[in-house]
Amino acid sequence: MRPLSYARVTDADSAIAMVRDNRDSAFLAGGTTEVDLVRQNVLRPGLLVDINDLPLNHVEDLPGGGLRIGAMARMSDVARVGSVVQRFPVIAQALLLGASAQLRNMASMGGNLCQRVRCSYFRDATSPCNKREPGSGCAAMNGFNRGHAILGTSDKCIATHPSDVAVALVALDAVVHSRGPDGERAIPIDDFFLLPGDTPEREHPLEHGELITAIEVPATPVARQSVYLKFRDRESYEFALVSVAAAARIEDGAVAEVRLALGGVGTKPWRARRAEPSLLGKPATEASFAEAASLELALATPRPLNAFKVTLAQQAIIRALTSLLNGDAR
Amino acid sequence: MDSEVAAPLIERRYSAQRVTLNVNSHAHELRIEPRVSLLDALREHLGLTGSKKGCDQGACGACTVLVDGRRVLACLTLAFACEGHEVTTIEGLSADGQLHPMQAAFIAHDAFQCGYCTPGQIMSAVALLEEGHADDGEIAEWMSGNICRCAAYPNIRAAIRQVRDAAGGE
Repeated sequence: MRPLSYARVTDADSAIAMVRDNRDSAFLAGGTTEVDLVRQNVLRPGLLVDINDLPLNHVEDLPGGGLRIGAMARMSDVARVGSVVQRFPVIAQALLLGASAQLRNMASMGGNLCQRVRCSYFRDATSPCNKREPGSGCAAMNGFNRGHAILGTSDKCIATHPSDVAVALVALDAVVHSRGPDGERAIPIDDFFLLPGDTPEREHPLEHGELITAIEVPATPVARQSVYLKFRDRESYEFALVSVAAAARIEDGAVAEVRLALGGVGTKPWRARRAEPSLLGKPATEASFAEAASLELALATPRPLNAFKVTLAQQAIIRALTSLLNGDAR
Repeated sequence: MDSEVAAPLIERRYSAQRVTLNVNSHAHELRIEPRVSLLDALREHLGLTGSKKGCDQGACGACTVLVDGRRVLACLTLAFACEGHEVTTIEGLSADGQLHPMQAAFIAHDAFQCGYCTPGQIMSAVALLEEGHADDGEIAEWMSGNICRCAAYPNIRAAIRQVRDAAGGE
């Protein structure tokens, strides 16, 4: 690892000022991605500002049934909060299907949203990669891209967004709260994740020195019947090939309300904005689910090695919605 | 984790600095650079080589230690970030020359072959029982962060079940 300086701060304003004033600095939260990438020379900060002591680790119930998750709350802690388990099972399930027990004890919720992609060409610090070295090309485009994205891709980047819990949060219209040199703002989570387009190096709208302080999840009664399904190459401790966050309310045999988002297939956590409206009012049957899934995946741009994800994602959507219909979601 | 340490804005320059680490209930003062991982501090500077370096990138679990009682990966933790916290390694499990029950159970169940992942497996297993995820159907999932390339998994699970049952747990 290259030499670096380290500072530990106990209040957010000091942390923000310190990062703002040092061009080559970065916040250090759980470190599970960052320390790894610094060691591999993918990230090269001169100063790490340790924010683990900031008092941002609380999970609060909001009046009306929402949730405010402090940015420094750890994945493992959020997953066992009673109101998360009861009212937002899709969040708890997505958290517990991610990483390992050790990593979940370390990783913060804010850091989870900021985690970098697992594309091996990004991570090797050597290959052409428009995300790491803008303009250098994309080695994944015609390389080993079995795990790469089929939705939201561009001709500059096809890296998959790796988070599980972000998929659940996108399905629930969460809001990312931040504080920076220019004050505080609230960013709808779907706007927080940027498509690669021509600027894959830019993954979120945060400015240098802008810190995520909390993630708010609005009251969402339908989330009581929600599920996160994850399909991967091994049963545990692996990133998704395809995952689905789903919530649904069925009335008189028809879909009255539905939320649907996909992981493992998009360059950002993918809200199924075509499938959702197409389901409303339709009979809650496998045929309707299949039609909606097919409508969403018609947007896909598969490559030979990851074309299987088009089918897998549709099957996953059908299974997630069917499990909610049958009430046998975990 | 709330913590009582760190006055604001203590900046440590990239040269070697003094830091105090509490490891296995002893305070150790050492001079290291801020880039040194907890794992390297333990192994290279404190001579505690029980925690193993498998992948050094958070994928194998061989470096699992407890920080304030929670299992974490020492390879992805900076040593400086542990100042003011209590680190427990495999060397700190036994007391008065007696093996920890989990260590004894691993021996009794032959829960290893080459042994390289074993310290991490044992630290993780001890934490697993504390966390209360030791139902028969849960152990594999909650131990999945510790890879054993000799595939001693059935014996590792048997050792954990024995300690769980002996403790009158779930």
